[in-house]
Amino acid sequence: MLETACYWVIGIGLVFDLFGCIGLIRLPDVYNRAQAATKCVTLGTCMILLGVAGLGFGRADWPMGVKAVICAVFILLTNPVAAHAICRGAYLSGVKLWEGSVEDAFADRARDLRDRQTEEGLVSHEETETP
Amino acid sequence: MKWLMCLLSVFALWMLLFWSLDPWVLGTGAFFALLVGTLLGDIFPDRLEKLLDPRRWLFLMIYLPFFFWCCVRANLDVALRVIHPDVPIRPGIVKVRTTLRGEMAKTFLANSITLTPGTLTVDIDGQDLYIHWININTDDVRRRTEEICGRFEPLLRRIFE
Repeated sequence: MLETACYWVIGIGLVFDLFGCIGLIRLPDVYNRAQAATKCVTLGTCMILLGVAGLGFGRADWPMGVKAVICAVFILLTNPVAAHAICRGAYLSGVKLWEGSVEDAFADRARDLRDRQTEEGLVSHEETETP
Repeated sequence: MKWLMCLLSVFALWMLLFWSLDPWVLGTGAFFALLVGTLLGDIFPDRLEKLLDPRRWLFLMIYLPFFFWCCVRANLDVALRVIHPDVPIRPGIVKVRTTLRGEMAKTFLANSITLTPGTLTVDIDGQDLYIHWININTDDVRRRTEEICGRFEPLLRRIFE
């Protein structure tokens, strides 16, 4: 009974992962793709790991269950941070929003950040300013 | 104190991952706990006495199922947009203000926003959050704030502040 439930959870997790991958292909720009990649893949992978944890606990295989739970918590905490870092990095290095985007409130702040980085000599933004 | 807490939590994590009382495991675990505690003890959260307050734990227990429900809805929402033949999106980056002040609370707010319906935190600047929103549905700043972070703020304030 518990095993069947765990296999169902793993299966649903796989479906969410699949949606994440389809989103990665179909959505138009880095930022939208990162959305699909973080949301669907985080939940999908966490569900797979929780299913595995359930299987482990059901067989009294404690190390397997505990490791799977710890991995799920790690993914839940680190995946959004990684998506944030990727999007911020992409924006600051000059990746444009998709032309169908309706608003861009980050432009001013990004310009300030870039100026500051250039002043400090951390990066040169010459290559991104030429079209 | 912070150093000791960091050391102990790293060691506990190590023991959970290895799940054995072999002297080699204990020894290498102690070595790495010391190393990590010495290197990273400074960035461990301040004000550990907050951990002892049962009300914070209670609100965390309320927050987790609520967050999980939002997360599932976010997934179904993105999945529907992705498999819809026209890919109905209206993306852009918006700026909202949060009333949360603590670093920890803001971190969790940003992570929760990233994992819930159609929104992804791009940057935080003081109280301003820059959010990439996959489907902007209103121009009103107050409704936007309500929709993006209003759901989480009361609970997170009680947990972390």
